[in-house]
Amino acid sequence: MAYWLTQTFNGLTFGMLLFLLAAGLSLIFGLMRIVNLAHGSFYLLGAYLALTVSQLTGSFLLAVLGAAAVVACLGIVIERLFLRRVQNQELPQVLLTFGFIFVLEDIALWLWGAIPTLLEKPVLFAGSLQIGGIVVPSYRILIVVVGLLIAAALWALQSRTRIGAIIRASVDDEEMARGLGINTPRMFTWMFALGCFLAALGGVMGGALVGMYPGAGFEILVLALVVVIVGGLGSLRGAFIGSLLVGLLDNFGKALFPELSLFTIFAPMAIVLAVKPTGLFGRA
Amino acid sequence: MRRSTLIAAVILAVLVVWPFVVPAYTRGLMIQTLILAIFAMSLDVQLGYTGLPSLGHAAYFGAAGFTAALLILHVTTNFWPILAACLGVAALGAALFGLLALQTTGAYFLMITLALAQVLWGLAFKWRSFTGGEDGLPGVSRPDLKLPISLWNDTTFYFFVLITFLISTALLLLLVRSPFGQALKGVRENALRMRALGYNVWLFKYLGFIIAGVFAGVAGMLFVFYNGHVSASDLSITMSGRVLLMVILGGTGTLVGPIFGSFAIVFLENEISSQIERWPIVMGAIYIAVVLFAPQGVIGLLKSWSARWGRA
Repeated sequence: MAYWLTQTFNGLTFGMLLFLLAAGLSLIFGLMRIVNLAHGSFYLLGAYLALTVSQLTGSFLLAVLGAAAVVACLGIVIERLFLRRVQNQELPQVLLTFGFIFVLEDIALWLWGAIPTLLEKPVLFAGSLQIGGIVVPSYRILIVVVGLLIAAALWALQSRTRIGAIIRASVDDEEMARGLGINTPRMFTWMFALGCFLAALGGVMGGALVGMYPGAGFEILVLALVVVIVGGLGSLRGAFIGSLLVGLLDNFGKALFPELSLFTIFAPMAIVLAVKPTGLFGRA
Repeated sequence: MRRSTLIAAVILAVLVVWPFVVPAYTRGLMIQTLILAIFAMSLDVQLGYTGLPSLGHAAYFGAAGFTAALLILHVTTNFWPILAACLGVAALGAALFGLLALQTTGAYFLMITLALAQVLWGLAFKWRSFTGGEDGLPGVSRPDLKLPISLWNDTTFYFFVLITFLISTALLLLLVRSPFGQALKGVRENALRMRALGYNVWLFKYLGFIIAGVFAGVAGMLFVFYNGHVSASDLSITMSGRVLLMVILGGTGTLVGPIFGSFAIVFLENEISSQIERWPIVMGAIYIAVVLFAPQGVIGLLKSWSARWGRA
């Protein structure tokens, strides 16, 4: 019993981590119709930057903020200088972000080397707690809390604020939103930056949980893509529920069928697609 | 028309003389070019002619590759049943994936083809006892053609690949110029109008998808014969992205373009990776540059230049 509880909890925490990536990915797609393959590279870059900042300052909080801010700025540059030039062209956008994977991951390899590293956990969350007969690392609890806070904040932003109303209007009908005087290009840039910020935040959280190594960004990108495909592109709720599903599938797959572990994620995804091509919560 | 025939003849002459005048290493690069050109042309049938961009085309390439490797290692070295099995597996894979992917369009189609290819990649990567995992399956011997020639002779193998390449090119050219190929273009340009004209748009897309998968399978099989080795990376997104770049760099919807794209990428990759330590950065920059500066591909650039000169 304790085994199953532990596995379930581990799956849910990994799902929360995935949510940080999937939310940004889904947001960017919903708004700008960009499939950002470089999203995983932003995640990895965030983790490595946090490593450097925490080595310099010794503070986990500064590392989180610094890394996420730098990656968000990088996102602004990439959106303004590159993606803007191929707006509304799916294939060029995908190829462009694919090119950035090579560039960013190789820069990471160059600067931080190929040896797998683990980010140091904040001192406050380095221990573990005993809850209901199972031992729970408190860092995993922190991930759950951060994930829930981000989910709540995004939900509030989307449904309770003026910016959220603008976002929803632009998703529904960009041309009309522009006609009403909304500066959609500028909003796109900010939303892209927000997505990159979340990816880097996920990178920092994941850096202390699963660690950094060459290719880690792409590995988690594929899982995040599965999340948004299953949940429905552009849907926040879909990203949340999809993340938890994929987190659980990934964890139980690895524990129960190690040789088929990736298959246990992709096969259910294929089934969801066959039944509902737009994902569980997606709109056509 | 006469000028393009002349260019084709010159290229063919170069390809025939090639193995006798260059070192073995460069001959190997040309073998890779020809194999990947078949792969790129197959994607062009789907992307350029049918209008279906795929981020998972390596699925059929790799599936056929694994089929060939497993058969040679465990069952037979006779080329002909291996060919039949590879074509069958690629066609079956594309028929299955096509059913799922064709429920969607645009960006969804890109993501779904990527995700489906990742299903196979996941299997190949993790199912160590069957596929060798990350290391793959080494020691795949070249098949026996049951003819009085041996593919172990590298020059013979070169011509074997060249002939397969020429047959594939001819078949694909016939296909895109046939009424069927014209209908595919119609589907790409205006699916609604094609439907109004009484065409079964879905069926044409589906057939285009399967044909592309089959030729990708031919390339995947040859690639394993050449390398003597197959691994999960043959199924990976990197491979799918690479072939997509070849098609775009050469020019979509031209068939000739992807051949040039394959040539350019194979030789560029080789040159850059031998000269520069940080070659992935350069490769990434090439992707970005192609998208920004040559979205119509080299063929597109040539056309617009010749149009400009024609006017002057």
